[in-house]
Amino acid sequence: MSALTKPLGALGHATLAALAMIGRVALFAFDALSHMVRPPFYAREFLAALFQIGWLSLPVVGLTAIFTGGALALQIYAGGARFNAEAVVPQIVAIGMVRELGPVLVGLMIAARVTSSIAAEIATMKVTEQIDALVTLSTHPMKYLTVPRVLAGLIVVPALVGIGDVIGVFGGYAVAVNNLNFNAAAYLKNTVDFLEPLDIISSLVKGAVFGGIATTMGCFYGMNSGRGAMGVGGATKSSVQAAAILILAANFLLTGLFFSV
Amino acid sequence: MITLSGVHKTFGTNQVLRGVDLTIDSGTSMVIIGGSGTGKSVLLKCILGLVKHDTGTITLDGQDVTKADRDAFLARFGMLFQGGALFDSLPVWQNVAFRLLRGSLKKPKDQAREIAIEKLRRVGLKPDVADKFPAELSGGMQKRVGLARAIAAEPEIIFFDEPTTGLDPIMAGVINDLIREIVTEMGATAMTITHDMTSVRAIADNIAMLHDGVIKWTGPVSQLDKSGDPYLDQFIHGRAEGPIEAVR
Repeated sequence: MSALTKPLGALGHATLAALAMIGRVALFAFDALSHMVRPPFYAREFLAALFQIGWLSLPVVGLTAIFTGGALALQIYAGGARFNAEAVVPQIVAIGMVRELGPVLVGLMIAARVTSSIAAEIATMKVTEQIDALVTLSTHPMKYLTVPRVLAGLIVVPALVGIGDVIGVFGGYAVAVNNLNFNAAAYLKNTVDFLEPLDIISSLVKGAVFGGIATTMGCFYGMNSGRGAMGVGGATKSSVQAAAILILAANFLLTGLFFSV
Repeated sequence: MITLSGVHKTFGTNQVLRGVDLTIDSGTSMVIIGGSGTGKSVLLKCILGLVKHDTGTITLDGQDVTKADRDAFLARFGMLFQGGALFDSLPVWQNVAFRLLRGSLKKPKDQAREIAIEKLRRVGLKPDVADKFPAELSGGMQKRVGLARAIAAEPEIIFFDEPTTGLDPIMAGVINDLIREIVTEMGATAMTITHDMTSVRAIADNIAMLHDGVIKWTGPVSQLDKSGDPYLDQFIHGRAEGPIEAVR
């Protein structure tokens, strides 16, 4: 009997723990949102977060996008050749980058670069009592640490996605024109003609959602980190895992929401 | 006056505070002593509201701290943390003037910087330290900056959490003297947590010993060596044998 109930009990515990975690994250996100609309606001911290998340992520986003766009063009050309559809490279690169790869890759890059750094920074602040010090200095940690970062993520990640989309399409264009003998003007015309406003809107909305997820996860795990170096390491690892999984799950849901027939 | 009455705090199955009763009179310096893990820091954090106590009451000038206006309450406090808890991303002067650059005590930037440099001077640091970052300072200098930050807004009550831990004896002496001078000249109420008996004798007007989650002994520093309390005697003389079990 116990051999049967033991695994069930373990499964029950794991399920309850997962539900409790979802609840805690949801409450944290709600708390962050509620603080966004209540003063005081820390403009300097917000601008610093914009710079950290936006400007400093540009190189990694640009490189990721250009290589992905180029590889996508090569793949579509080679795959399309199997059924004489090589000519669809501009359209598929555009739709693939803008609807899917641009937002997802930028989201994952932000999770790797920004979520980890936010979690490690805030967790270290917690371990070294800097967060307690903030409280004693009459400063709400949620307002000072979380709100500027989450708000910056919501605003700047869509911009990064937009830039990533353009660079990715350019990567496909460069490969198609230079290596696959596509006509430059025709390539651009096909790209522009094929994209619809909804493609771009969905891309930017995904960017905002992924930016919110990435920054919220960094702040949540940082604020709830354990003690010592292991606590900081654990918070960093968990924040990136959670952000990546949530970004991919949100991408699936948003794609269904925007494009389900 | 800070009054604690029957304060309990439990973390999971670990009962840290089991009914703490303590009074700290205004303008006096109270030092809490006790072994590691006896809940001294938790007690201090309960007063500040950084940790919520389970039962009992904590009052400041007769008002329940859990019901007080949080900003107004915290504005009366300054705190020196054990490791300094300086903000790595800010230069020293902005750490010191943190409270003066935002919130209800906000002052113009130039004035806040001037006050910060004055407070740094008060704790024996030169103005050129102001533009450095905390990571560029030694442990002793970081403690002094933490002390300058604690007194920057001229609080009525200052808490010191292990102010001399990790410092060499000379620097510890300097910090002890600074604390005593500052508390006296500001007329502030002070509460210090320490294991360092030299600090206790230098800083305290009154002493309370926390053991097993309760205050075992409290009295003026003049009674420290003639209390007749076996727990206190064992602690202040650092004896392994006695009523306090030493984990080996």
